[in-house]
Amino acid sequence: MSIFEYNGSALVAMVGKNCFGIASDRRLGVQLQTIATDFRKIYKIHDKLYIGLSGLATDAQTLYQRLVFRHKLYLLREERNMKPETFASLVSALLYEKRFGPYFCQPVIAGLGDDNKPFICTMDSLGAKELAKDFVVSGSASESLYGACESMYKPDMEPDELFESISQALLASVDRDCLSGWGGHVLLVRGPLKEEWTKSDICSTKNYSMLSDQRIMK
Amino acid sequence: MAKVMADAPQKGGFSFDLCRRNEMLVKKGIQLPGFRKTGTTIVGLIFLDGVILGADTRATEGPIVADKNCEKIHYMAPNIYCCGAGTAADTEAVTDMVSSQLQLHRYSTGRESRVVTALTLLKSHLFSYQGYVSAALVLGGVDVTGPHLHTVYPHGSTDTLPFATMGSGSLAAMAVFESKYKEGLTREEGIQLVCEAICSGIFNDLGSGSNVDVCVITKGKTEYLRNHQLPNPRTYISKRGYSFAKGHTEVLSTKIIPLKVVEVAEADAMEE
Repeated sequence: MSIFEYNGSALVAMVGKNCFGIASDRRLGVQLQTIATDFRKIYKIHDKLYIGLSGLATDAQTLYQRLVFRHKLYLLREERNMKPETFASLVSALLYEKRFGPYFCQPVIAGLGDDNKPFICTMDSLGAKELAKDFVVSGSASESLYGACESMYKPDMEPDELFESISQALLASVDRDCLSGWGGHVLLVRGPLKEEWTKSDICSTKNYSMLSDQRIMK
Repeated sequence: MAKVMADAPQKGGFSFDLCRRNEMLVKKGIQLPGFRKTGTTIVGLIFLDGVILGADTRATEGPIVADKNCEKIHYMAPNIYCCGAGTAADTEAVTDMVSSQLQLHRYSTGRESRVVTALTLLKSHLFSYQGYVSAALVLGGVDVTGPHLHTVYPHGSTDTLPFATMGSGSLAAMAVFESKYKEGLTREEGIQLVCEAICSGIFNDLGSGSNVDVCVITKGKTEYLRNHQLPNPRTYISKRGYSFAKGHTEVLSTKIIPLKVVEVAEADAMEE
C-alpha cells in the first residue's frame, strides 16, 4: 500500500470566470476503516488564498502549521498578504527542503491574485510545481478526478455553474475510490462584481468588497 | 531552544528530519510514493549562428499524465537556457538555484554569464549529491566565446557536443539527429530538425508526449518558442459540455462570508 492511500483523500481546484473553487472529500480513514466523516483538508491562509493538502493527514497538518507560521512571519515583515504565486513558491521550497525525507503531502493551492485573477496550482510531495489554467487534482482519487474534470470542466464558468461542476466531478470521482468519500467541502471565492465596487474608485483596487461562498454538501 | 531553531526559516540546504520516520514506514511494509517525473525527450543542437534547444511537454506520475503542457526548457540566464529530464522537482530546483547564482554573479561582475560557469555550478552540485539529485540536463547558450551545448548527467559528468539528446526519448531523438544532423545548419533547418527529433520522441516514447517547445539562442538574442508545434490537439472536446442545473447538487449547509473592505491607509490618515 502506498503511504498516500493510508488516510485517503480527494482534492480538486477549478478556475472559473473571475473566481475559483476548491473542493475536498470529508473522509479520514486508517486504511479501510473510517475514522471521521467531517475531516477538513482545505485550509485557509488568508481571505483570498486556500491550500488543500492530500496524502498522509499527520503530515498535512504539520505542513499546514508550518505554512501558517511562515505566512505570519511574512505578514509581520511585509504588512501584506502573500500573493498566490509567492505562496506556491514557499510551499514548493518547504517541500523540496525535505527532498530526501519528504512530507507525504500533495498540495493544491488556489487563490486570487492582486487583480483578483484566479490562480491554481498543484505539486508532488517534493514540491514540483504544476501550474494549470483549468483544473488541478490530487489525492487517492486523483485518477478518477482527472477523468471527471477533463470532461466536466468548461472555461469561464460563473460561480454557481462552477459550484455544480466541481461538486459533481468530486462526487463522481469519490464514488470510484474506496478511500475517499462521505460528501465534500466546496469553497468558492469570487472577485468583486461590478455593482459591489464602491462608486468612487472603480479602476483602483483601493476599496472593494468580496464574497466567498462556503458550502458543505452531502 | 532547539525546537524554536527547527521551526525558524532555514538558510538553505536539505533537511533530513523525516528520513528516519520514513525509513521506519518502509520497514513496516508501506510503499513510498512515486514522484512527478518528466519522462522526457529533450534535445539540443548547434547551428550556424547559435544553439537550438527543444523539449516535449509531458509530465508523468507513474503511468498517469500529470501535466499535458509543462515547461521543460528552464531559464538560466538571458543567453543560457537548460532543458531538464528526470525528477521534476530536482530539475526545477537545480536550475532555479543555479540561475539565481548566475544572476548574483552578473551583478557582481557586470558581465554576461558564460555557459561553462553554469555548467560547472550544475555539475558540482549534482556530483556532491552522488546522483541522488536526479536531474539530467541539456544546457545550451551563446556567450563571448561562442555557442555551447552540453549534457549533464545526474552523477555530475558532462559532455560537450554538437548535438545532444536526453531523457527516456533520447534514443528516438538521437536516431533522427544521427541520420540528419550536419554542420552549418541554418536557423530554419535547425528548428525543423529539432522539432522532428522531439516528435520522434513524442510518438515513439510513451514517457514523452503533447507539444514541442523550442528555444533558439543566438548572439544577443533569445527566442523562446513555447508550443512551437501542437501535434496532439484535443479531439474529443464536446461543444456543449456537461451542464448541471443550478441546485442540482444536494447541499447540507451554506455559509457565505463577505470579505471585509480592504482599507488602504491614505497619506493624511497616517498623521495623528
